[in-house]
Formats: sequence, C-alpha cells, structure tokens
Amino acid sequence: MNSTKIYMNGELIGVCENPEEFVTEMREKRRSGQISEEMNITYYDKTSEIYIFNDPGRARRPLIIVKNGIPLLEDEHIQEITEGKLKWDDLIVNGIIEYLDAEEEENSYIAMGINDLNEDHTHLEIDPSTMLGICAGIIPFSNHNSSPRNTMEAGMTKQALGLYVSNYMHRTDTRAHLLHQPQTPMVKTRIIDATDYDKRPSGQNFVVAVMSFEGYNMEDALILNKSSLERGLARSSFFRSYETFERKYPGGQEDKFEVPGKGVRGYRSENAYRHLDEDGIINSESYVESGDVLIGKTSPPRFLEEIDEFGSANEKRRETSVTVRNGEKGIVDAVLLTETVEGSKLTKIRVRDTRQPEFGDKFASRHGQKGVVGLILSQEDVPFTENGVVPDLIVNPHAIPSRMSVGQVLEMVAGKSGCIKGERVDGTPFNLDIESEIRNFLTDNGFEPNGCESLYNGMTGERIEAEIFIGVAYYQKLHHMTTDKMYARSRGPVQVLTKQPTEGRAREGGLRFGEMERDCLIAHGAALALKERLLDESDKYEAIVCGKCGMLSVHDKIRNKIYCPICGEVDSFPVEISYAFKLLLDELKSLCVFPKLILEDKA
Amino acid sequence: MGNIDQEVVNKVIKIVKKKKIDFPESYVNDIAEACIRRELTDKELETLIVRVKKAYERSKVESGEAIGTVAAQSVGEPGTQMTMNTFHYAGVVELNVTLGLPRLIEIVDARKTISTPTMAIYFDEDHKFDEEFAKKTASKIAKITINNVLDDDLHIDYGQMNVEVIISQEKIKEKHLDFDEIVSKLEAKLKKHTFEIEDNKITIAPKVDKRTKNGIQIRDIRLLVDKIRHFQISGVKDVNRVIIRKDEQWVLHTEGSNLKAVLKMEGIDKEKTTTNHIHEIYTVLGIEAARNAIIKEALHTLDEQGLSVDIRHVMLVADMMTADGSVKSIGRHGISGTKSSVLARAAFEETGKHLLNASIRGEVDELTGIIENIIIGQPIPLGTGSVGIKMKNN
Repeated sequence: MNSTKIYMNGELIGVCENPEEFVTEMREKRRSGQISEEMNITYYDKTSEIYIFNDPGRARRPLIIVKNGIPLLEDEHIQEITEGKLKWDDLIVNGIIEYLDAEEEENSYIAMGINDLNEDHTHLEIDPSTMLGICAGIIPFSNHNSSPRNTMEAGMTKQALGLYVSNYMHRTDTRAHLLHQPQTPMVKTRIIDATDYDKRPSGQNFVVAVMSFEGYNMEDALILNKSSLERGLARSSFFRSYETFERKYPGGQEDKFEVPGKGVRGYRSENAYRHLDEDGIINSESYVESGDVLIGKTSPPRFLEEIDEFGSANEKRRETSVTVRNGEKGIVDAVLLTETVEGSKLTKIRVRDTRQPEFGDKFASRHGQKGVVGLILSQEDVPFTENGVVPDLIVNPHAIPSRMSVGQVLEMVAGKSGCIKGERVDGTPFNLDIESEIRNFLTDNGFEPNGCESLYNGMTGERIEAEIFIGVAYYQKLHHMTTDKMYARSRGPVQVLTKQPTEGRAREGGLRFGEMERDCLIAHGAALALKERLLDESDKYEAIVCGKCGMLSVHDKIRNKIYCPICGEVDSFPVEISYAFKLLLDELKSLCVFPKLILEDKA
Repeated sequence: MGNIDQEVVNKVIKIVKKKKIDFPESYVNDIAEACIRRELTDKELETLIVRVKKAYERSKVESGEAIGTVAAQSVGEPGTQMTMNTFHYAGVVELNVTLGLPRLIEIVDARKTISTPTMAIYFDEDHKFDEEFAKKTASKIAKITINNVLDDDLHIDYGQMNVEVIISQEKIKEKHLDFDEIVSKLEAKLKKHTFEIEDNKITIAPKVDKRTKNGIQIRDIRLLVDKIRHFQISGVKDVNRVIIRKDEQWVLHTEGSNLKAVLKMEGIDKEKTTTNHIHEIYTVLGIEAARNAIIKEALHTLDEQGLSVDIRHVMLVADMMTADGSVKSIGRHGISGTKSSVLARAAFEETGKHLLNASIRGEVDELTGIIENIIIGQPIPLGTGSVGIKMKNN
C-alpha cells in the first residue's frame, strides 16, 4: 500500500517497496562504476518519493565519502597524488570522492572537518571553502565578513576589469575592457589557485591608508595618488569594434566602400572623411573622435526613378558610412578586411581608447567596499610613512565599522606582511590560525601588529596625531567609468511622433523630468516653472483652433489662408498646447471620437 | 481645565469678540491659562491676543497651496521606508495583527474584508475591575466548537455507523456552557439524524431515508464528523479567539471582529470599545467615526514603524476618503476614479474606458484641475498659477 514512487528527471517511472535498500544499492553501484557517476539519487521518506537525476545543468560538488566514521580518502592516496601516480578522476572512479547535487545533499550528513567526524556522517568536506563558488571564493577571509558584503562582492567581481581573455588582439568584441598590468592578488585563497584566477587576474595590489583626508573621501569616495596613476596604476583600455559589409540588393545593385562624393545624399563635411584611405576605409593608428567616418560607404537609392526638378530620373546614392559613436574617441587599433558567407566585402574596425582613472571612476576592494574617485592627489601632498611609503589609495574609516567587513582589515594586514616577507599569503576562509601568525610576523619585523603606523602630512610635513591603519589590499577597477556616463544637453534631437526630446545618452536625449519631479513642482506651487519644463522646453506647439466647431484648423501656407476643414473660413485662434495633446486629439479622432476645444478669453 | 477662572475666560472671549478674531475654542482657554499664570494686565492680555492672532493667521495654509500633493508625499515617502514585515507581535502578545506597509495599503484601499480584524473590548464602570465578569464575557464572545469541549476525541463506530460525542463536564463548566443547550443546538442543526443521550455521551447517527437508499456510506460518516467537530456552540459570529488582559482595567482583545454584536452585550463600555475594521465602524457608528478610525489606524501603523507623519496630512487623506458620506478608497474605484475631469481619470487608469464613456455621454472637461492643465500645457491653477488679472469695472 505504501509504495515509494520513483521519479527520474521529474518523470514517474515506477514504484518500489523497500526504498532505503534501493537507494543504498544505487549509490553503491555508482561508486563501483556500474552506473554513471553523474547520477544522483535522493529519498524523501516524508513523502515516500525517490528522485533520480542525471540530466545536465545541475550544480554538483565533490565530497569525500565516509564509511563508519572513517573517510575513504587515506594518507596513501594523498601520497600517491603528490607523487603523480593518482589523479582526481581515479579518486572518483574508485569511489573515494563523489559529486552530490542539491537534492542528494538532503540525504547526507556532511562533516566540516576531520575532527568533527562521527559514526553518522556520510561525507566529509574536502575543505570548508569548497562550498564557495568562483566569485565568492575570490574573497580572502570571507568568513570574517558580514554576508551582505560578501554577496555584493560576488556581484562586483564580475564587473571588474582584467585580462578577460588572452587572445584579445585577435578578437573584435563589440565592447571590451582590458586592465593594463593586472597583478595577482597578494592575499590569495585556495579557490584562486583552483580556478586559475592568477592567470587572468582582474585587479592590482594597492597600498591603502585608512584615514579621512580633507573631506574628499566622504561617503565612500576614494583618494588616489596621482603619481601612482601616472605610473600606470589602474589604467585600462577600452575597445569598441565597428563593422559593416557591402550589402547586395535585389536588382543587382550593391553597397560600395568608397570615400563618398559630394553629390551623395546625406554627405557629411569633408572633415569627417579626412582619415579615409582610397578604398574608403580608415588606416590604423589614426586618432578619431565622435562623428569621424571609419568606413566610407554608399548605398543605392531606396526608391528607383527618383525624378528631380528637371523631370529626369536621377540616380543619387545614399551615404551610409560608419562613424565613431557619439561621445567616444580613440585610436584605430586594428582594421580587418574579410568577406561574408555570401562573398560580400566585410570590414571590422577596432578603436582603442586608454582610460586613466579620473574623478567618478568606480573601484572596489574584494569585500564589497566600493567607491568612486573623489580626489586625485599629487604624490607630494599624500601623507607618507616613516619609511617613506606613500599610499596609492586613501579610504575613509567610516566605511568599515557599520559594514563589518573585517575581512578587508585582515587582508590589509596580511598583504602588508606578505609584502615584507616577499611572498604571497594564504587567506582562504575558515583557516583560523592565520591571524596570530601575521601579527607575530609584523612584530618581529618592527611593525605594529595591528597594522597601524605614524603618517606624516604631505603638505606640511607634520606628524599626523593619530596612528593610521595602512596595508596592502587588492583593488578592482569596475567598468563604470565617468567617460561612459558623463552627459548634458541643451538642445538636440526630438522624436518624430511626439516631438518630445529623445531618450538616452546615445541618442543625445533630454534628461527626463519624471512624474515625481513633476509632483515636487506641483507641491511647491511653481506653476510656471512646471509649464516651462513640460511645455516650453519640450513639445510646445501652436495649434490653430476653429472658434466655431473647436477642431484644429488648417494653415494653407501657399495661399496664406487659415480655414477649418468643417466650417470653412471662419475665425480661428492660435492656442498654445503640447504636441502630445494634439496627438491625443488626433488619435481620438481616428477612433471616431470628436474632441472639441471650447475657447474662452484668458482670465 | 476646571481650574481656570471663568472670569478671565470671559474677559478673553470679550477681547476676541471685540477684535473680530475667529479662534478655535481651545485657544481661548490656553490664553486664559497663560494670563493667570503670568499675571498679565489687561493691556498685556490684549497684546498677547493680537500676537496669537498673527501667529495663528500665519500658520494657516494659504490659498493656492498644494496640500493634496504635499499630503501624498508626506505619507508616501515614509511608506517607501517601511519594512515589508507583515506580521508583528505588537500590543497584545500572541495576537497577530497586520502592520506596516500591507496594513497602510489596506487602510487607504478601504478594504471591506481586512486580513486581521481585531477588537479591543472595554467594560463599563461597574465591571471595569471584575475579573469574573471579564472571563464570562470572553467565553460568551469567543468561538467555541464541539471540538473545544470534547472529553477525548470523537469516536466513530463504522460498524454501527454512528458517532459518539463525549462532552467533558469540566470543560463546559469552565466555559460557562450548559450541556442541554449544546444538545438542543446540535439537534436543531442536524435535523436528519437520530440522537441518543446517555449522561454526557451523545450518539449521533444519520437517519435512513430515501436519499440514503444505498445505505449510509463511510463518506457520510466522515462528513458528519467534520460537521460536528466544527459546530459552533457558543460565541459571537466572526470572532474566533479572545484574549483577556489587564492593563489598568480588564480588556478583551479578539481575533476577528463584530462590533455590532459586541456593542449589544451587557456591561460593555460602548464608547471605548473599538475595532480596527474601518468598514465595520462605518456601518455601525457612521461616517465621522470611520474618519476618526482611518486617522487613528493610519497614524498608529506609521508610528509603529517609527515614522512620524503630521496628523494633518493623515486627516486630509481621511477627509478625502469620507467626504461624500461613504468610505471611498484612494484609487481606481474611489477618489481617482470618480474625479469630474475626463482627462484626469483617463490619465490615471483605464484610459480607454474613460475616454469611450466620456465620448458616448458627450462629457465636457472644464479643465479646472491640475492634471488636465498639465496635459494641455497650461499653467496649473495652484500656487503661482492660481492668480490672475481682473479688469476694474468702471
């Protein structure tokens, strides 16, 4: 009566009478290699269900199998692995280590360390830090941080600039950032080793002082040492690739790469084409700014037989060149000529732009401590230590206590001791006895064990009264940079439909005066300021309204006459309305609703 | 304020009348009190009254002030800071009351059914400190089902196809109930069943009739058991649990609310007894009481979250909701949906519906509101836009 249902990949495939036995047997078979090691099986006694999964897309993690309180991985195995006789895969094949998915974890009792083991345990963690993924695993001493900070850092690691691939010279990514001279972190974790983070690092080791400085690092702002930047700290390149090809149109016509002639429809200024070579394509290493043509291209006219004033068909080609994006500049890095699958000429151009850190660029440590540059200070003005060390970065002490990112503090002391020692420090989380080791080392080398030092004011040379916490931390440059975001507009393009300003920086759009901003002006009773924002600076329109029927009149510009399409030539009056309202009236009319404007003298 | 000299009060009233000032009554008393405390001369008193008048005039809202928008912002901004913490043990232990943003939304939406209705029942002068009376009333109000007074559990006899109900004498005594009354209530409810009574044991079996020609099914018995188990033998409708507490006097807190029934009961303080169900207050006590309830509940909800909003903003919200004599919600079905302007309604929600209906009826929009004037691009009739020029008629 109480058979256990068996589901395979979510599908009911059968029932079984003795679930415990069945599950144990399945697991035995997996460990002995009779069944694929990718199979995971779970038994839920509360609902009498067995779930078997072998489909792709499950997150699984390796654990050491424990039998009767004794882990199957023995010293001999480790010995053989170090000698190179045994490989990881052999451990799995021999049923010493197995991968569990999230479901099967529900059936297991996992010991964190070998000292916690008892008879009931089914598995042993290889290391507590294996529960962390790639992003969270990069954080040193993450067990000392508050969880929101670790979550934030796991998100920010993905935004950090670094060596994202090693063949970037041969690629044409639409957008790519590359950090110059990336460094391997001074404080590493075992996950960093396991994921080969050192081969593609995404940050640099900064000498960081924790002190407030003239108020320029309030609210998480950062102060950078200008000389450090000039030496190449946190410098990056931005690559953007443009591409186009000679499209073939039905009827035998096609696009052509060329320097467009003056007769071409939509001809830009001569200046815009100045970099183009004879073939209509720019040469590498030319400096280009927004609006400059990278690939000169003309297309056949959209409609055949366009008749000019003299009545003859005029074959006027259109200008369809590719230009540098609005607001961007750079140096042409590479020009690539090839062909499409159809055999048309294809060109890709990569433009490079060097980005030295500037005000507003975003940086983050590995502990969710992010901030933007608030001041770039000449080295001579930056405080320095007794030994003459000048920090690259000054962060505000208020950033630490309320956020409880103790990991950052530990990383800085660890980084400092590593720099003195000349070797990298292991900051793997849950490695509990490292702190005292670092402290002792610092004391032995004549430093304060807490990482504090006396600093001298760079401007006056006076000793700063308070001891300043200074150390080495790994900082990441994040891909939110001022140059990509800085924007303003006074006049510019409008939308065709509503005559309101376009939206967004890329379209040279207006800055949205939204609903809540509108509410604020209403609340202040600033009626005319509100009208200015919403009408005069947006889609002001002078409508001519028929005084008799209330519909919009027509202005015949050729005869200079104003008439109403319904009432004929009667009195019409100019009325200032928004174009959006005119559009609403038009749309209502298209729905067979007749909106009438009843006019009155202004009070 | 009994200790204020009536003579001084009259003096103040006289000056106020002479100066033709329109003061709230409480001001007169306050001024009189100050006059006595500071031993003011008549001349000084007059100066004081004139100064108070000036300050009073100055603190009044000027015409053309966007009080609605300011009120909306003043309630809305703290609303964004509210934690979504729905259930909170506040006021009474072990009683769950919805608080925070969900409760605030519930209030302004003028919901007819709220998620956690609750009452606070006070007793009149005679029974304020009468513990026995409080307990008696509590057991009268609280919902008691057969399940609550069972000795053990219901016994189902599938052989005899009947159900044995053994009532615990202790439990019914504790709850001030009567055994015969329970039986008669049960009999009235289950008419097509036979009853056998033996001491405190009731045996109930379905009667065999045309409907049950296939014999009585096990399912029937099971349904019967459920019916008996949840049969309410005592209590006020819609009230489930009652918690007795003593603060300064005895108070009953309930889970569920039925103001009308409770107010009819003996020994209840009809002025202090209240509920958090605004719609119930409206139907039982009327619109003014509903307005006060909205203010009280909204302020309490905000206050509980540590947010302070000036009472006048909340009062304005309550006034808007109750202005036409019924409790209207703020939204599509209430205030925003019943505006006179077509454009204002269409701009809010259900644009198509409003434009269509307006065109069928041939509605005229007088363009007197804010939203309409923003749409057509005119200065809004508020603040600097509320003034105009008028020609002098000679």
